[in-house]
Amino acid sequence: MTDLGKGLVRFFNSLRLTVALLILSILLIFAATLDQVHLGVWGVQEKYFRSFLVFARIRGSDLSLPIFPGGYLLAAFLLPNLLVAHFCRFRLSWRKSGIWLTHIGLILLLVGQGLSGLLQRDNQIRMDIGQTRRYSESFREAELAVIDVTRADFDQVVAIPVSKLDGKQSIQNPLLPFQIRPVAYYPNALLRARSQMPSPLPTLATAGVGPELAVEPAPVTYRTDESNFPTAYVEVVTTEGSLGTYLVSSMIVEPQEVTYQGRTFHLILRAERDYFPFALTLTKFTHDIYPGTEIPKDFASTIQLKSDDGRDDREIRIFMNNPLRYGGRAFYQAGYANNDRTTVLQVVRNPSWLVPYVSCALIALGLMIEFGIHLIGFFRRRGKAPSSP
Amino acid sequence: MRKNFSTLVSLLLLAWVGATLLPSGNQGSFDLSGVGRLPVLADGRLKPLDTIARTSLLMIQGRQRVEAPSGVTVEPVAWLLDVFYRPSLADSYPIFRIDHPDVLSIFGLGTGDGTIGVRFSFVQLQSKLSELDRQADLAVGVDATVRTPFQRAVVELRDHVAYYARLKYTVEPAGNDDLLSDLGDPARLAADQSALDAMRDFSLLRVIPPARSDGRPDQWRSVGRALLEPEAAGPETTASLSRVRSYAALGAAWRDGDSAAFNDQVKAYAADLTANLGAVARKSAWEAYFNKVDPFTSSMALYVLAFLLAAGSWLRWPEGLGRCALRAMEFGFVLATAGILVRMWLEERPPVTNLYSSALFIGWGSVGLCLLLERLNRNAVASAAGGMIGFSTLIIAHHLALSGDTMEMMRAVLDSNFWLSTHVVTVTTGYAATFLAGFLAIIYILRGVLTRSLDPRTAESLARMVYGIVCFATFFSFVGTVLGGIWADQSWGRFWGWDPKENGALIIVLWNAVILHCRWGGIIRQRGLMAMAVFGNIVTSWSWFGTNMLGIGLHSYGFTSAAFYGLITFVASQLLLIALVLVPRERWRSRAAATP
Repeated sequence: MTDLGKGLVRFFNSLRLTVALLILSILLIFAATLDQVHLGVWGVQEKYFRSFLVFARIRGSDLSLPIFPGGYLLAAFLLPNLLVAHFCRFRLSWRKSGIWLTHIGLILLLVGQGLSGLLQRDNQIRMDIGQTRRYSESFREAELAVIDVTRADFDQVVAIPVSKLDGKQSIQNPLLPFQIRPVAYYPNALLRARSQMPSPLPTLATAGVGPELAVEPAPVTYRTDESNFPTAYVEVVTTEGSLGTYLVSSMIVEPQEVTYQGRTFHLILRAERDYFPFALTLTKFTHDIYPGTEIPKDFASTIQLKSDDGRDDREIRIFMNNPLRYGGRAFYQAGYANNDRTTVLQVVRNPSWLVPYVSCALIALGLMIEFGIHLIGFFRRRGKAPSSP
Repeated sequence: MRKNFSTLVSLLLLAWVGATLLPSGNQGSFDLSGVGRLPVLADGRLKPLDTIARTSLLMIQGRQRVEAPSGVTVEPVAWLLDVFYRPSLADSYPIFRIDHPDVLSIFGLGTGDGTIGVRFSFVQLQSKLSELDRQADLAVGVDATVRTPFQRAVVELRDHVAYYARLKYTVEPAGNDDLLSDLGDPARLAADQSALDAMRDFSLLRVIPPARSDGRPDQWRSVGRALLEPEAAGPETTASLSRVRSYAALGAAWRDGDSAAFNDQVKAYAADLTANLGAVARKSAWEAYFNKVDPFTSSMALYVLAFLLAAGSWLRWPEGLGRCALRAMEFGFVLATAGILVRMWLEERPPVTNLYSSALFIGWGSVGLCLLLERLNRNAVASAAGGMIGFSTLIIAHHLALSGDTMEMMRAVLDSNFWLSTHVVTVTTGYAATFLAGFLAIIYILRGVLTRSLDPRTAESLARMVYGIVCFATFFSFVGTVLGGIWADQSWGRFWGWDPKENGALIIVLWNAVILHCRWGGIIRQRGLMAMAVFGNIVTSWSWFGTNMLGIGLHSYGFTSAAFYGLITFVASQLLLIALVLVPRERWRSRAAATP
C-alpha cells in the first residue's frame, strides 16, 4: 500500500475522527434548528443538510463564504470512518456482534436517508366531495404542459419540467409539431397588469396574454406558508418560423391557445403531476372537534378507490395516523379547507421507505446486545466480589 | 438504638403519608366536598367542579389558595360558588394577579392598592376595562413572539378577565339572582332571553348532563342551551330541566346561608348522578379526592428530605442516615407512582401527554433508576441524586400547571394511545436517564471539589454508575427517537423531517454516543466523563424546553418567556459546574479521588 493509502486508512480509522464528526453533526443540527425561525424547514434542509458546505453571507455584501461542513460532507466522512474502522479494527466475534449490528444499521440508515432524499416525491391532492382525481400535484415542482386538445374524446399531454425552461436548448418532442424555445426563466415572479403600472418593464411576449402583463421577479421562498410562482417566456418555433413568444406562469390559471396545422394546443404552467393507474373519489369528509372547544379530534376522508384494471373497487377511510398505501404511494390525511367540503391528502412516493425500519431494528438490537453484555459482565463481577457492604 | 432509629423514621414517614391520604372534611357546615365532586364538561373533558375552581384560580392568580374580601382563606370551590351565585361579592375577591406597573397604571392603581401588592379585584378593574381592551387589541396585532412584556401582560390580563366573565354566568343569567322562581314562570324566563342567549353562546362550562350514562360528552349542555333549546318533550328534557332546577336551588341555599337546604340539594343531585351516570360520577369524585390529596406535593417534600438525609449521611453516620434517605425516597416514589397511575386512569391515556406530564414522568423515571442504583451501591449517592431530580422536576411541573388544566385533550395528530405509550414514553425515559447521569456527575464534582468525602472507592462507583446510565440513556433515547420517526412516517409520510423536537432528541442520542466513544477510545477518564455528563444536562434541557421556545414545528405547544430565563439560568449553572471539574486536581479537597 502506498504511503498516501496508509495515511488515509490511519486517518479514517481514528476514533477521534468519529468523535469530531459527531460533535460537528451536533453543532450543525443545533444551528439548523435555530435557523428554522428565519428560513423555515425547507430552507434549512437545503442550506444545512443537503449541502456539502454551509455558506454565510458577509454582512453588507453579496459575498458568501463557506463556514461549516454541510450534511453531505459529514456523511461522506462518517461512512468511510465506519467502514475502515470495521475492516481494520474489529474482528467478527460474538462479543463484538452488538457493535457490528449497530454500525451496519447506522450505515444503512445514512444510505437510506440519502436515497429518500433523492427518490422521495411529496405531492398533494385537494378534492371536493364528489370529485374524482387521477393524479396528485407537487408542492414545489412545476411543469409546462402542452396539451393537444384537437380531438374531442381525449387530450394528449406533453409535460416539460420547468428546469428545462432555464436552459438555452430548444425542447423538441415527436408528439409536437413545433419546438419550444426558452427565452427567459424566473423561479419566482409576480405578475401585474401593465395598464395598472406607472412604468412597467418591457415585455418579451408577443402572443397570448403576455403582452398585457408585467413580470416582477421575486426571491425564492422556502417558507411553508408561501408559494413560489415560476414564470417563463417561451417561444413557439416551427419550420416555417415563430408562432410568437408566450408568457407562462403558475399565476396564469387559464390555458393559452396555440393553433398550428389545424391542431389546437393549450399552454399552461402548472404544478407537476403524478398520474395514477387508478381513480380516487371523495365520498365523505368528517371533521370532529372536542365538544365545547375548537381542538380538532379527528379528520377523516371516505374515498372510493377504483383501479384501471378493474381489480379494485372499494371504499377506504383515510384518517389521522392511518394512511392508505396503494400502488407504490402512501396517502395521508393532511388537512381540510373550504368549510370541511374539501380534503387535502398528502401523497408520498418513496421506494426506499422500508430502509429506516430495517436499519433501526438492527441498531436497536445491536445496542441491546452490546449493553446487555456490559450488564451481564457487571453482575458477574459483583457476584464474584467479596460480599458488598 | 441506632438500628431502631431508622425503623422509627420509617414508621413516622409512613404515618405522615397515611395522614396525607385522609384529607380533612368540610371546614364549615356546607358540604363543599360534595359540590366539588359534581362533574361538568369543560375543554372537552368531564371533570369535577373542584378541578374547575383550582385550575381557574391557578390560571388567574397563580396559586390555588384564595382569600375572600374579608381576608379569610376559603376553599377554591367556595370561591367558585360565589362566582356562580353571588357575582357581586365574587367581584371583590382580590384574584387578578398584575405584576407589570404599566398595566396597573391603566387602571390608575398602584401596588399599595392590591393584596400583597400584586392581586386585585374585578371591582378595581371594572371602570377601565374598555381601555384594557383597546391596549390588548393593539398588542394582539403584534406577532406573539416579539411582543414586549407589557403587551404580553395586557393580552394575558384581558384573557383572564374574559375567562372570569364567562365563568360567572354559568348557572344564572346576568342580573338575575332568582332563577329558581323564574323556572316555574315562562313569562319571567322570557325576560331573561338575551342573557340566556349569551350564556348559551359563551358559557365555558356545560353543567347539564344527558339523562343517562349512554350519552356521549357532546350531549352535555350549558344551562343556556338547556333552557332555550329543550328537545321535544321527553325524558331527556325532564331530566335536564330538573337538573337546572337543582343548580338553581343550590344557589338559593348558598345565598341564604342555609346549609341544611344546601346539603340536601347536593345529596339529592349526587344520588341522581350516581343512579344515572354512575361511571362519570365515580371518576369525578376520584379526581376531586386526588386534587385534595395532592400526592405530588407530598412526594416533593419527601424527595427534599431524601436529599438532605443522603447528603448528611456523607458527613456522619452513613449507614443510618443513608437508610432513612432511601426510605424517604421510596415513599416519595410510591406516592408519585400512585399519582401518575390515577392520572392515567382519569385521562385514559399513557403517562406522558404534554409538557406537564413529561416533567412528572422524567422525575419518576429518574427516581426509579436511582432506587435500583441505590440497591447496587449502598452509598446514598443515588438517593441524593434521586431526591434532587425528583424535587426539581416536580417544581418544574408545578410551574407548568399554572397554565390551566393539566389533563388537556389531545389534538388529532397526537390522538394515538399506541404511539404515545411507545414513542413518547421511551424518549422521555431517555431524557430521564440523561438527566440522571448529569446529576450523578454533579454529586461527584461537588463532593470532590468542595468536600473531603469523595474517597476513591466512591469515585469509582460513581463513575461506573454514570457510565452505565449513559449506556441506558443512549439506548432509550435512540429507540424513542426512532419510534418517533416511525410515527411520523405512519402519520404524515416522512421518517425524518428536521422538526425542532426531532432534532433535539437526535442531539441527545448523538451526545450520548460521543460520551461513549470518548470513553471507549480513552479520550476521557473519570473527570472528563463527569464534565461531559453534566453537559448532557444542558443538551437535554434544551431539547425538552428550548425547542418549544422557538415557537415553530409540529411539536411546539406555546410557551411563556419565564421558562426562557429559567433555562438560561440552568445552562449557566451547568457551565459553572463544568468549569469546576477543570479546577486542577491539587486544588480538589478530596485529593485521593482525583485520578486523572
